Amino acid sequence: MSSPLLGYIDRDGPLHTLSGVSKLVLSLGVVLGAMIGFDVRYLAAVSAGSILLWAVSRVRLRDLAVVLWLIAIFMVLNNIGIFLFAPGYGTDLFGTRHLLLEGPWRWDVTAEQLFYQLAVTLKYVAVLPAVLLFVATTRPPEFASSLARVGVPYRIAYAVSLALRYIPDVQREFRTISQAQQARGMDTSRAVRLPTRLRNLTSVLMPLLLGTFDRIESVSAAMELRGFGRAKGRTWSVQTPVRAADVFVIVVSIALVATPIALLVVNGGRFWNPFL
Amino acid sequence: MTVSDTGGASDEAPLIELAGYSFQYRAQSEPTLHDIDLTVRRGEKIAIVGASGSGKSTLISAINGLIPHHHRGTSNGAVRVAGNDPAMVPLAATASVVGTVLQDSNSQFVGLTVAEDIAFSLENQQVPHAEMPALITRAAELAGISDRLDDSPQNLSGGQKQRVAVAGVLVDDVEVLLLDEPLANLDPASGRAAIELLDDLHRDQRKTILLVEHRLEDVLHRDIDRLVLMADGRIVADAAPDVVLASGLLEQHGIRPPLHIAALRYAGAPATAEQRPSRSTDIALTAQQITAVRDWVATAGSSLAAEPEAAEPSPALAPALDLQDVRCEVRVSPERTSVLLDGITAQVHRGEMLGVLGSNGAGKSTLARVICGFEKLTGGALRIGAADASGWSLSDRGEHVGFVLQEPGQMISRPLVSEEIALGLRARGEDEEEIARRTTTVLTACGLAPFRSWPLSALSHGQKKRVTIASVLALGPDVLILDEPTAGQDFAHYTEFMQFLRTLNADGTTVVLITHDMHLAVEYTDRVLVLSDGRLLADADPAVVLTDPDLTRRADLVTTGLYELARRCGLRDPHTLVHRFVAVDRAAREEER
Repeated sequence: MSSPLLGYIDRDGPLHTLSGVSKLVLSLGVVLGAMIGFDVRYLAAVSAGSILLWAVSRVRLRDLAVVLWLIAIFMVLNNIGIFLFAPGYGTDLFGTRHLLLEGPWRWDVTAEQLFYQLAVTLKYVAVLPAVLLFVATTRPPEFASSLARVGVPYRIAYAVSLALRYIPDVQREFRTISQAQQARGMDTSRAVRLPTRLRNLTSVLMPLLLGTFDRIESVSAAMELRGFGRAKGRTWSVQTPVRAADVFVIVVSIALVATPIALLVVNGGRFWNPFL
Repeated sequence: MTVSDTGGASDEAPLIELAGYSFQYRAQSEPTLHDIDLTVRRGEKIAIVGASGSGKSTLISAINGLIPHHHRGTSNGAVRVAGNDPAMVPLAATASVVGTVLQDSNSQFVGLTVAEDIAFSLENQQVPHAEMPALITRAAELAGISDRLDDSPQNLSGGQKQRVAVAGVLVDDVEVLLLDEPLANLDPASGRAAIELLDDLHRDQRKTILLVEHRLEDVLHRDIDRLVLMADGRIVADAAPDVVLASGLLEQHGIRPPLHIAALRYAGAPATAEQRPSRSTDIALTAQQITAVRDWVATAGSSLAAEPEAAEPSPALAPALDLQDVRCEVRVSPERTSVLLDGITAQVHRGEMLGVLGSNGAGKSTLARVICGFEKLTGGALRIGAADASGWSLSDRGEHVGFVLQEPGQMISRPLVSEEIALGLRARGEDEEEIARRTTTVLTACGLAPFRSWPLSALSHGQKKRVTIASVLALGPDVLILDEPTAGQDFAHYTEFMQFLRTLNADGTTVVLITHDMHLAVEYTDRVLVLSDGRLLADADPAVVLTDPDLTRRADLVTTGLYELARRCGLRDPHTLVHRFVAVDRAAREEER
C-alpha cells in the first residue's frame, strides 16, 4: 500500500483543534475572495496570511511535497503560457505601457504585464495553502459532517465520506486485477503501443467495474438495514464543537469575501491600477 | 425422513415465526423457499446449515425485511418478527429488533473509522452527538473491539471488521443477531474466536442468535440449542444438534459432519445422540468405539500402500520453484516499512501438489505474489525452473507460473468463455490456429467443453473459477498457484473442484494451494509449508502438522476433531488416524461418484 499524496496529517497543531466547519468556511472564503478580487494589495495580504497559517499549522512542506511540486510546475507553466500567448494583456488592462525589456516579435516585457502575472501568481499562493491545510488538518470523518453543517444535503455529504472510505479499496483492487492481467500477457505499461495498451486496459477495467457494481449493491443493502435514509435529518458522531476561535475564523472568512467586493466599488473595477 | 423437535411449550409468543412460507424471486422461474415452518423463541441459539442454493440466505432476507424491501418477488404464508410482518413495517423497524451481520463485513463497513461505523445507526436515528460516545464504547466493549476505535478499515483484519459489524448492530440493543456465513472469510483461529464471542453475547447479554453457516465443525465449537438443516428450499431437520448429527441426514444433504463423527462411522461404530457427539473433546466415547477406532487404524497398512499416487515428484530435475532466503519488505508510509516475508527457503518440486498453510496475514498470499512478481523481492533469490527470475517482467513469469486469484470476478473480462481463454494467447501474439488448438485442449481438460460458447454470466461460481484456471493453463505454465481455491464453496462443490485439481496435477501440472483450511491440505497435499508472521515454521507432511498442537498453536491454526479423537483413543501417532481417514474418505467419495 502506498501512502496517500494528500490526506489528513495527524499532528497536534492549532489548526487541528479547530472545527471542520470553520476550516471549510475559511477555505471557501479564501477561494471565493480570490476569485472575485484581482487587487494585488488584497491578494498579497491573503497570501501573507495563508503562508503565516501554514507556518503555525505544524504541517511540514515535506508532508505534501508531491502535491506542492505539481502545483508549482503548473503555476510556472501557466505563467509562461500567459506570457507566450498574451504578452500585451497587462497593457490592455491598465491602459499604459512601461517597457522594461525589448523582446523578439511581440514579446516585450512590460511592467504592466509583470504586474498582471504577479496577481495571477498571488492567487495560487493565496488559495492553495488554505485549501491544502483544510484537507491536511481535518480528519476525514469530519468532512461529511462539516459539509452537512454548511447546508449540503446529508445524502450528498455522506457520499463524500463513502468515496473516501472505498477509494483505497478500489485502488487495491485495481492493482491486483491489473497485475493478474499483466501476468496473462496483457501489458498496460509503456512498453507496448498505445492502441494495444488501451485494449489491455479494458481487460482490467471491466472486472473492476463489474466488481464495483456488486459492491454498490451490497453496500446499499447494508446501509438500508442500518437505517440510512429513514429520517429527513441525521446527526454526526464526528464533529468538533464551534468555539470562540472558530467564530473568529468564520468572521475572518466573511471579511475575506466582503473585502474584494468593497474593493470593486473603491477601485471602480476588478483591478487596482498603480500605473495611473 | 424428517427430524423435528418442538421443544418445551412456552406461553411467550415466539420472537420470529414463519408458517407455510414460500418465496420466489421475480427473476427466477422456481420458488427458492418452499413451505418453511420455523419458530425462534427469545434467548435461543440456532444454526442453519445447508448446501449452496438450499435457500439459507433467502431465509435470512425474509426475516430481516430485505424481502420485500430490497429484493422483489412473490411470497405465500406468514412471517412474524416481534409480532409484525416485516413487509408491513419499514425496514428500519425490523432492524431495531433483528440486527443483521452480512457475509461480506468489508461492505458493511461504511465509516472511515471503527467508532464512526459503530455510530452509523445512531446517526440515522438522530441520536444527539453528546450521547453517542457512551453508546459506542459500550457496543465496542461487548463486541471486543474497544481497543481499535480510531482505526480505519484498511488497518483491520477480517475478524476485526466482523466485530465492528457486530458492534454496529449491538449499538441498537437488538434482541436477535442474524449472521450470514460469519466464518466464510475467517481463518480457523479467528473463526473460533467469532463463535466464542457469539456464545458470550448469547449467555451474558441474553441475545437470541441465528446463524447460517456450512462450516459445521467450527459452529459446534460452542453449544447451540438447535440445528436446522435446509435442502432445496425446505427445512429437512430442526432439532437438537446431537440428534441431527447422529441422524445421518447431514451427509445425505451435502453437509460435511464434524470429522470425528465421520471417522466413527467409517470405523463401524457410529455415534448416537445420547453420546452428545457435537465436539470431539467431550463426546462420551464407549470402550467399544475406542477399540473399533484402534482396529480400524491398525488395518491401514495394506490399504495405504494400494493407494495410487497422483504423480511422482521428480526431485532429480531442478525444482519448479526454488526460494533461497526470500525477504519482502514494503513501505507502508514515508517513515515506516513492514517486513512481510523473511528468510523463506523452500523448494517446490516438479509434479507435486503442495500446500501453503497459515492464518490470515501470515504471508501466504505475499509469497505467491512475490513468486509472480506482484511484489518485489527485497532479499534472497528466486529461481523459476532453474533460471534466476530477477529482472523478469510479470508477463515473463506468467509463462511459467500461473496465479489464480481467489475471486474469479477479478480475472474475467470477456463476455464469452472461449474469448476469455483466448485473451491471454492473443496478447502473446499466438496465431489463430494455435489459439483454437490450445483453447480446445484446456476446455476439455477443465471439463468446460460444453460451455465454450456460453456467456460467462450464465455460469456458476465454481464454473467461473474453472474458466479462470483454464485461461491461465492455456498459457502453458509449469506451476499453478491457487489462492484459497475452495473458499465459500459447499462440500459437494469443494469435492468436485479438488478432484479436478488432482486430475490436472496427475497430468503433470505442479499445483500450489494457498489455504487456511487444515483439512484441505491433509486431504489433497503431500507436503505443506506452514507460515506465520512472514516466517517459515515448518515444511512437513500435513498430517503431522495437523496433529502437532504446539505447531498449530504457533501458526494460529487449529487441530481438527481427528487429532482429539486419536488422542482420546490412545493412539501414539495421531497422524496414522488422519492418514487412514483421508484414504477411506476418498475411497468412499470415489464410490459415490
